[in-house]
Amino acid sequence: MIALLKRDLRLALRAGGGFGLGLAFFLIVVVLVPFGVGPEREVLRPIAPGILWIGALLAALLSLDRIFALDFEDGSLALLATSPLPLEAAALVKATAHWITTGLPLTLAAPLFGFLLLMQPEAYGYLLASLLIGTPALSMIGTFGAALTVGLRRGGLLLSLLVLPLYVPTLIFGAEAVRRGAAGLDASGALILQGGITAGCFAILPFATAAVLRINLR
Amino acid sequence: MLHVVGLGCARGGAAVLSNVSFDLAAGQALVLRGPNGIGKTTLLRTLAGLQPPITGDVVMPEEAAAYASHADGIKTALTVTENLAFWAEVYGMPLDLAVLDSFDLAALRNRQGGTLSAGQKRRLGLARLAVIGRKILFLDEPTVSLDTGSVMMFARWLQGDHLAQGGIAVIATHIDLGLDAPVLDLTPFKSAPGTGGGTDEAFL
Repeated sequence: MIALLKRDLRLALRAGGGFGLGLAFFLIVVVLVPFGVGPEREVLRPIAPGILWIGALLAALLSLDRIFALDFEDGSLALLATSPLPLEAAALVKATAHWITTGLPLTLAAPLFGFLLLMQPEAYGYLLASLLIGTPALSMIGTFGAALTVGLRRGGLLLSLLVLPLYVPTLIFGAEAVRRGAAGLDASGALILQGGITAGCFAILPFATAAVLRINLR
Repeated sequence: MLHVVGLGCARGGAAVLSNVSFDLAAGQALVLRGPNGIGKTTLLRTLAGLQPPITGDVVMPEEAAAYASHADGIKTALTVTENLAFWAEVYGMPLDLAVLDSFDLAALRNRQGGTLSAGQKRRLGLARLAVIGRKILFLDEPTVSLDTGSVMMFARWLQGDHLAQGGIAVIATHIDLGLDAPVLDLTPFKSAPGTGGGTDEAFL
């Protein structure tokens, strides 16, 4: 498992764009919003949590189709499937590598982007916490979606259609936690529910992903 | 060590081969022959466990088999050594760099996979088989894009290292590797047209 994780991270670093692309996309979305809705504090402040979460979600979506497609094309997915590493473990590693290359940088950069949207200072902690808890679920669900579309040419659009609806619960509780934090209310309920979704995804989806990969590899 | 009994396999829902049986003891190789489309790749994928057989059984020790497909599974952004080290680690084997000499890769060890020629990539793909330490190899056209010298080199490794140490190989190939191995022509095992594969019912 460690070998696969190291390989995927090394590939993401060398192929370029693994770390930077999603982050740059996130930045552009956040910068575009004030141009669209106006730079006034009263307008930006209430929508900042929602915008930040939707931006993070779209940025995570960008690199999903690469999770399995490259390994499928060069044949290493079939070789991995016949290796001693169970496909369930490979799915877990793939999701983890995706999170380290997209979710983690997004989480760490988000407070800066919150500043661009004039978010209340009290909400920064909640933004960081909700992204930290929620983005792993985005990667795991996305990995499952990537497995479903792995053999398809131009599966990227279909992947988005499949995956985005599954992101809804994470988005709702994530944005809600930040909103409550900004309003000075107790946000622990939303954060706990988000944690539950993430834990559930990691408990179930590696198995579903492996089953789907086995069918797609026949 | 490898017993194949009454094996039937399907491709895309249609049965292609039926009732394939053979036995291989340690140190033996088997060469699969037959016209294009007869089902050599399908048979090898079924043996390797990538798809379930529709009938029959494959009996072999667990965690002993490895598969090499048409594609080499080489990462273009990793160097030759890194590619090999990755597979050795996945299979839990120490990486013995002497393998680079057996496959004439020593001069290329720090080159990235993407800069190799087709034949060099193939040599790297075959070198993977030497570092993972598996006894039973299922090889699908291992000599594609290799020059004559490299084919000889591979045959020498297969005979002198792998088979001599009690390994087994099932090889689909059209060229003569000069191996002392029986040939299995798959033409008589072709399924009668119209016999269903039934793959979907089997797993739904």
